[in-house]
Amino acid sequence: MESSAQIFQYILSGLANGSIYGIIGFGFAIIFNATGIINFAQGEFVMLGGMVTVFLLSLLQWPLVYCILLAILLTLIVGIIFERLAVNPLKDASPITIVIITIGASIFIRGIAMLVWGKDTYPLPSFSGDTAINLGGATIMPQHLWILGLTCIIIILNRLFFYHTIYGKAMRACSVNPKAAGLAGINVRAMVLISFAISSALGALAGIIIAPLTLTSYDVGIMLGLKGFCAAIIGGMGSGMGAVLGGFVLGILESLGAGLISAGYKDAIAFIVLLAILFFRPGGLLGRSGIERV
Amino acid sequence: MKKTDQILFFAFSVCILFLPLILKESYILHVFVFIGINTMLAIALNLLLGYAGQISLGQGALYGLGAYISAILSAKYGVNPWLGMGVSAVIVSAVAFIVGFPILKLRGHYLAMATLGLGIILYIIFNETVDWTGGPSGFPGIPNLKLGSLTFDNDVANFYLVWFFALITMFLALNLYQSRIGRALRAVSDSEVAARIMGVDAWLLKVKIFAASAFISSLAGSLYAHTVTFIAPASFGFNFSVELLTMVVVGGLGSVFGSFLGAAILTLLPEWLRVFHDFDIVIYGLLLILIMMFMPRGLAGLVSHLKAKVYVESK
Repeated sequence: MESSAQIFQYILSGLANGSIYGIIGFGFAIIFNATGIINFAQGEFVMLGGMVTVFLLSLLQWPLVYCILLAILLTLIVGIIFERLAVNPLKDASPITIVIITIGASIFIRGIAMLVWGKDTYPLPSFSGDTAINLGGATIMPQHLWILGLTCIIIILNRLFFYHTIYGKAMRACSVNPKAAGLAGINVRAMVLISFAISSALGALAGIIIAPLTLTSYDVGIMLGLKGFCAAIIGGMGSGMGAVLGGFVLGILESLGAGLISAGYKDAIAFIVLLAILFFRPGGLLGRSGIERV
Repeated sequence: MKKTDQILFFAFSVCILFLPLILKESYILHVFVFIGINTMLAIALNLLLGYAGQISLGQGALYGLGAYISAILSAKYGVNPWLGMGVSAVIVSAVAFIVGFPILKLRGHYLAMATLGLGIILYIIFNETVDWTGGPSGFPGIPNLKLGSLTFDNDVANFYLVWFFALITMFLALNLYQSRIGRALRAVSDSEVAARIMGVDAWLLKVKIFAASAFISSLAGSLYAHTVTFIAPASFGFNFSVELLTMVVVGGLGSVFGSFLGAAILTLLPEWLRVFHDFDIVIYGLLLILIMMFMPRGLAGLVSHLKAKVYVESK
């Protein structure tokens, strides 16, 4: 039998990983609500965040925090370019067309990353050292605390943005009914662009804060992106908070599964959960009715 | 089958029949074996994507499942490879039929994600069940197929073996397009609601075509396993599913000859252009985006467009 301290350990690291999935899933939900599109290139924003930070760090030798901010900004620009070139020209395209185009964009970005940085994995230094902290029999890395803290900040900022700023409210209006929002004078196309900008920045941030724990390489985007999607699906696509909660659920299930059953099947857990939810509760575990969209 | 398709198919078959006489025992002939396998896979995906309008990103894994079941039956249990090939095709299509019911209830983006998830689960199983599959390092020593005293262990024999199956697949797919089922599938692709109102059991039809697609993919997988005699999970991952998607999109959604063109181009390009090898996923990505945006019916659409133009100008 595993000791309770060990279980506690699994839950802690599950929460940290789950936060990452949640933030990525949040990115999926924002774009989905603004456009009805599920952006298959979401994972590549996550990859770009981590890789660009590593690259800037060695190129510019700036302090970590500046590199991080610049990396988020650059990824955000990629997100905007992506929206302008690949998504904006599509009017009334069928979902299959959009799926194929976003998959195309995803492997294109991944391919460019592979050409620029090669197939090596790169480390990113932790934000504040690697001294483990002892917490009730379990150990926790400072990076885990950073992840959990930043996730809380993102939840709060998200709440403030979507409920207390004019842009946030406009975006919520678009997600409820784009036509009506347009009639009320909201520039729906601009809101779509903003949704891509926010979503790519969130993806980049997620990629940066997890990189010190897992290393990063040109192909981390596939798995992280899919797990983020899984988190969003668990929480119900319409809800950003749901995605974060879905991320926690997925993270904990995954780390318990890896610890108690088999580490080799760790990645399969996310997809089994994904399929189960799509089959039985397509509206998400938390349901649509309980939580407002965005 | 339309008259033009009949003539085209006949001409195509004759060309394929005589190709080894022209190419002799060359490297290109070797590549053509894989073009045959990829043509089968592209048509299998096209049945779903082009005919029925349903996307699948798990095709690579179904192909892998067929290859692994064939390999395990023939190399570990000494089952006759032909029998093993049939058994694995039945098993894979049965699996597809069963998981097809919940999966094909989903539409659009969700369907894409669910098939992708299915593909990744199978891929992880190929990697993790080391006792059965040999895990990431692969499964060696798969026996060749035999017919009487003829062993399919050289390129000429393999060419005829693979293209025998590929041509049957093409023939059946061409026939299906103009049949009652083909029309029903296209109706589902255009509007599922309208198709159901017309009395088409859309859900069951989608599941059946998914199972048929899995059957063909599994046969292609078995052929791959028995001709190459070594398989590893890397050949059946997400990247390969995307490559298949690119073949179908480049060739043209719903076009059987287009699937061949797509398979041929995407299999030959990396052989001709060594540089292409480093850039392949970048080019696949660009192809997918550009063709979907500017040429949504692919090369086949381009050909029929040119034909129509010539026809109009000759009048």
